[in-house]
Amino acid sequence: MVPEAPVGSSAEHRFHARRRGLDLSIAVWVGVAAILLFMVIVPLAFIFVASVHSDETDRLTLANYVEAFSRAIYLQPIRNSLLLAAAVAVVSCLCGTLLSWAVSHTDMPARNLIRNLVFAAFVTPSFLGAAAWIFLAAPNSGWLNRAWVALTGAAHGPFNIYSLGGAIFVIAMYSYPYTFAFASNALELIPSEMERSAALLGASWWRITWRITLPLVRPALIAGAVLSFLEAIAEFGTPAFLLIPAGQQVITTQLYLFFQFPTRPNLAAAYAIPLLLVTAGLFVLQQRLLRRGRFTTVAGKGAVREPFRLGRWRWVLFAICIIPPLCSLILPYSALVVTSLSRAWGRGPLPGNLTTHWYRWALFENGAARMAIQHSLTYASAAATIATVLAIFTAYVAHRRLLPGARILAFVAVAPFVVPGIILAIGFFSAYARPPIVLYGTGWMLIAAFATRFLPIAYSGSESAIRSIDVELENAARTLGSTALRTFGRITLPLLRRHVLSTWLTAFIPSLRELSSAVFLFTPATAVMTNVIFDLSDGGNFEPVSALGVLMMAMAFGLIAVAYPVIGRTVLIHRQGS
Amino acid sequence: MAQIRLVNLRKTFGTAVALQDITLTIEDGELLAILGPSGCGKTTTMQLLAGFVVPDAGEVWAHDRLISSSRAVVPPERRRMSLVFQSYALWPHLTVFQNIAFGLEMRRVPSDQIRRRVNSILEIVNLVGYEKRYSHELSGGQQQRVALARALVVEPDTLLLDEPLSNLDANLREQMRFEIRRIHDTTRITTVYVTHDQAEALVIADRIAVMNKGLIEQTGTPQEIYEQPQSRFVASFIGGANCLVGQLLEPGLVRCGQLQFRAKDGRGLRAGDEVVLCIRPHAVKVHRVRPDPGAGTNLAGGHLVQHAYLGDLQDIRILLPGGAQIRALTPAGNFFQAGEEVFVELPIERCYLLRS
Repeated sequence: MVPEAPVGSSAEHRFHARRRGLDLSIAVWVGVAAILLFMVIVPLAFIFVASVHSDETDRLTLANYVEAFSRAIYLQPIRNSLLLAAAVAVVSCLCGTLLSWAVSHTDMPARNLIRNLVFAAFVTPSFLGAAAWIFLAAPNSGWLNRAWVALTGAAHGPFNIYSLGGAIFVIAMYSYPYTFAFASNALELIPSEMERSAALLGASWWRITWRITLPLVRPALIAGAVLSFLEAIAEFGTPAFLLIPAGQQVITTQLYLFFQFPTRPNLAAAYAIPLLLVTAGLFVLQQRLLRRGRFTTVAGKGAVREPFRLGRWRWVLFAICIIPPLCSLILPYSALVVTSLSRAWGRGPLPGNLTTHWYRWALFENGAARMAIQHSLTYASAAATIATVLAIFTAYVAHRRLLPGARILAFVAVAPFVVPGIILAIGFFSAYARPPIVLYGTGWMLIAAFATRFLPIAYSGSESAIRSIDVELENAARTLGSTALRTFGRITLPLLRRHVLSTWLTAFIPSLRELSSAVFLFTPATAVMTNVIFDLSDGGNFEPVSALGVLMMAMAFGLIAVAYPVIGRTVLIHRQGS
Repeated sequence: MAQIRLVNLRKTFGTAVALQDITLTIEDGELLAILGPSGCGKTTTMQLLAGFVVPDAGEVWAHDRLISSSRAVVPPERRRMSLVFQSYALWPHLTVFQNIAFGLEMRRVPSDQIRRRVNSILEIVNLVGYEKRYSHELSGGQQQRVALARALVVEPDTLLLDEPLSNLDANLREQMRFEIRRIHDTTRITTVYVTHDQAEALVIADRIAVMNKGLIEQTGTPQEIYEQPQSRFVASFIGGANCLVGQLLEPGLVRCGQLQFRAKDGRGLRAGDEVVLCIRPHAVKVHRVRPDPGAGTNLAGGHLVQHAYLGDLQDIRILLPGGAQIRALTPAGNFFQAGEEVFVELPIERCYLLRS
């Protein structure tokens, strides 16, 4: 059929003769698996060992556990943490459900605006919100309190952000986007026929919502609430900003205090293990719920839905739905921007008080701040790159079952998700601050920790991307003479291009704003922006804190704006929890 | 070119037995169709042939080379086999030209030769001028031909086709059957063609292997398979024969319930054996008035329970006394209606017996 080409055929014969060597692919897959174990298993193992070890006597002991869970001053933080996390879960579930229902099922005005604001709240770290709410609602100096006093003539304002209630409020304002994401995902998947048939049978929209819509998405709602709970119990920044000054501790701030002088690393490890078990258990529960949730709603193709017509109630609903974005974005960012432009924030935004000094300070004048910005960008880039590469290879190996025990690899890759940042940091500190491997004091300590911490996010993105590629596309290349590794490079990776970018971004942004693990692992030579923000706010220097915070978020949002046309918002927000 | 031998292949996935015991030889230059219903193991057989699946037991030989056994499998890229997938598996990020050239690139063929060989294969599959298109810019039939070209351009020893026409519409499918046969006649590449469509297998194949439940029921030319089915499954799967269960009274005489039928004598059957009497729907004649019972035929009265008008034919189901049903395909001239009492005529030379 094809004219026989003598040169070509002899080249082909050589090709088949040469390709007798060992397939390199196995070596690559094994290498990836080894790095993964190194990043995830070793630090966690070190925590566990530290928890049953006494550094003074160099013996194995259970005394750490006994001390951690018998003294009242250590038990109170656990109670506080549980209360805080449960309250956050309830509040964010209510907010997220209401907003997602309003956005997906009604003709409320400005639905897209609400969607975008929720997403922006999701990108903002809650410790930045906590700092902003200090300006707004500190007991005496907070602007809202002062406005209240000025308006009513009362002796003092009604708000006190330095309280458990304040911390619950702030954390909830940044974790409701999780429930929103889960709920709106599920709500949009409900086949519209299900609601239409109820309407044809004479049900009012209120009854349809109550009897049909919400029960259908209940698993997703609970899964979202569980995720908020997990976020809240692992949160370090906001409690550190709001509760340490109030003299109240939660588990994470207590862990932090164990590392202040005199350090108690063994006690900290023992104190951390039960929290780890709780978060792991909740994560398993959440995954179960999601799987069942998917089962009930996956049938829908999300047909075009006729929204409920609210009439004049449209604006009432909008007024309610704008409250969470107001509290998580509009007020805090206004406060941050105003403070960053003020000589002294307590004096308020008055003409004589305005200055661009703090931005010049951060960008040009202060060496430490400038270094921190550089570190943040380079470390986050490196961490995101490592996480993405590892995630894609791991997802590939796991999904195509290229190694025995591939499922375990997948499990290891998502395991850090349940490890609160502060605990992961303790693990990294115990594992890599001493020989044989010393990363402490170098940027690699932070890079490795960030990469590990956000590996699960990168993994879930890569996994769904690889699942979308038909294995036959690869098999076709194999039958045409391409080895496994070459097929990966020539076929699989090019098909994943777009996903690679979005995966990288979903790991980069949280790395850029990561505080809880950075707080433990930095040294003055490797400080990142969040370290500087944390230290400055500790000293009450809120103006440079605001300037740095605004710069950090400008970078994050700038990058999203650039990448948005390629990847879309939904990709980013749906990744985080799934 | 190569003769392919599958020897006692066995494969289970978990508890599901995909292949029980497959032995099959594909002669050099032959086009063999593996025909069977979904879930019969034909896809597993294909995956095994291509080297994507490791057998639990048994061997695959290409000429004198052992290419699969439970211990070792020559990887797909070293088997000199091309596979055309049911989904075509065209790479969406590459153009038609790049898709077809891929296999030649893997073989380090110089680029001027690649261009020449791709162009010549494009001529064979009638796609000249489409080199720069991407697969989503092609129709289903064109995609199918690109997939075929991509598989053929590397001049494989063996060509594997996995339900290659099942994603095409009916007209195109018929056209492509002849196209594939024509290409095979020019290239004489040893070809294995997996399908669940009996018409496709009958038209295309030199020989057919009928598979069922992980076993090969019968191997033979299309004519042998159609006219001399060796098992009840083959008889009913190919051509949809009526199968009446009964007992052999004497050579050539069967009792089915309260009825007795004469049939061509089956080889090796003895009186008392449980047998199946098979007759194709086309061979069954239906009468409104009782015809003269000739010597060469069986006659039975029945109740017409279902009638479908197919244009040139009518598809009729008749309930016989005792509960057995007979399906008949008769010309549309004499129009029947459901509910009528009719007579069915089963010509003896079209009735054959199989062991139950």
